[in-house]
Amino acid sequence: MNKEELKVRLEALLPSPTFEEGAEWTTAIVDPAGWEGVARHLRWDVGLEFDYLFCVTAIDWRTHFTMVYHLTSTLHRHTVIVKVKLDRDRPEIPTISAIWHTAEFHEREAFDLFGVVFTGHPDLRRLFMTDEWKGWPLRKDYEDPVNMIKL
Amino acid sequence: MDVVPQNMADKPFPGEVHPTAGGGILVTKLDEVINWARSNSLWPLVFGTSCCAIEMMSTAAAKYDWSRFGFEVARATPRQADVIIIAGTIVNKMAPVLKRLYDQMADPKYVIAMGACATSGGPFFYNTYSVVKGADHVIPVDVYVAGCPPRPEALLHALIALQKKIRDGVS
Repeated sequence: MNKEELKVRLEALLPSPTFEEGAEWTTAIVDPAGWEGVARHLRWDVGLEFDYLFCVTAIDWRTHFTMVYHLTSTLHRHTVIVKVKLDRDRPEIPTISAIWHTAEFHEREAFDLFGVVFTGHPDLRRLFMTDEWKGWPLRKDYEDPVNMIKL
Repeated sequence: MDVVPQNMADKPFPGEVHPTAGGGILVTKLDEVINWARSNSLWPLVFGTSCCAIEMMSTAAAKYDWSRFGFEVARATPRQADVIIIAGTIVNKMAPVLKRLYDQMADPKYVIAMGACATSGGPFFYNTYSVVKGADHVIPVDVYVAGCPPRPEALLHALIALQKKIRDGVS
């Protein structure tokens, strides 16, 4: 499917379809509450079949977080980006690790560095940082007087 | 800086040969001969933590070929290596590993800090929670190389500088 066809398909699928323009790939904005259901459709619906989650990103905008999921289909050779806006004080989002197994590690990374909580994740613990580490180092307001030299 | 045309140019073999019938007698100091031998058979440890390691591999490969100067065999075990080239960023989690590798190397052992990260933390000096600000916080360093990453010529220069230090008996 090309970019426009994909957009039409997604408009039918999403409860409140919103899109971001100007990117190379179709970019859909999804609510955290409905994200898991949307993800299942994206993975299994005939014609969509996004079978490969190739990137999970978290962004700290200071006012809120954004989770960004890059999905592609090795069958149909189309790609979609899903963005989910999260609350800065309570960043919670359902896990998609049951749908794309690779998300298990990617979500652990986002949890480790940004403190995004993935509800339902089977093994949500530190990945890069040591187990006893306190705080979320990639947050914009992160302070670490011991290890960090501020410019 | 003076350009040293080849690694032995500043100091030939330490000692004097007095020719006699059927050969010669060598007059020298044992310490100097040992240092001379050590300086010409430095075996580096296979160790690289980031992009500097690519330049290090390039230095070892055919074009720059550090075996011309005696760094012939890179060893994959610290127990057989003489020199560790810290080729890359050292993070807090890597620091104990680096220390252990250094401790496992047999004496005499030498350390080269290659590039900005190993020297001072480099581009990760400010606003970083994970990077050691210079590998000399973990193990003692003999020669520092500037660059990000340094070119193979710079690493060769550092290795030759290390040889000179060893021959002069200061390292």
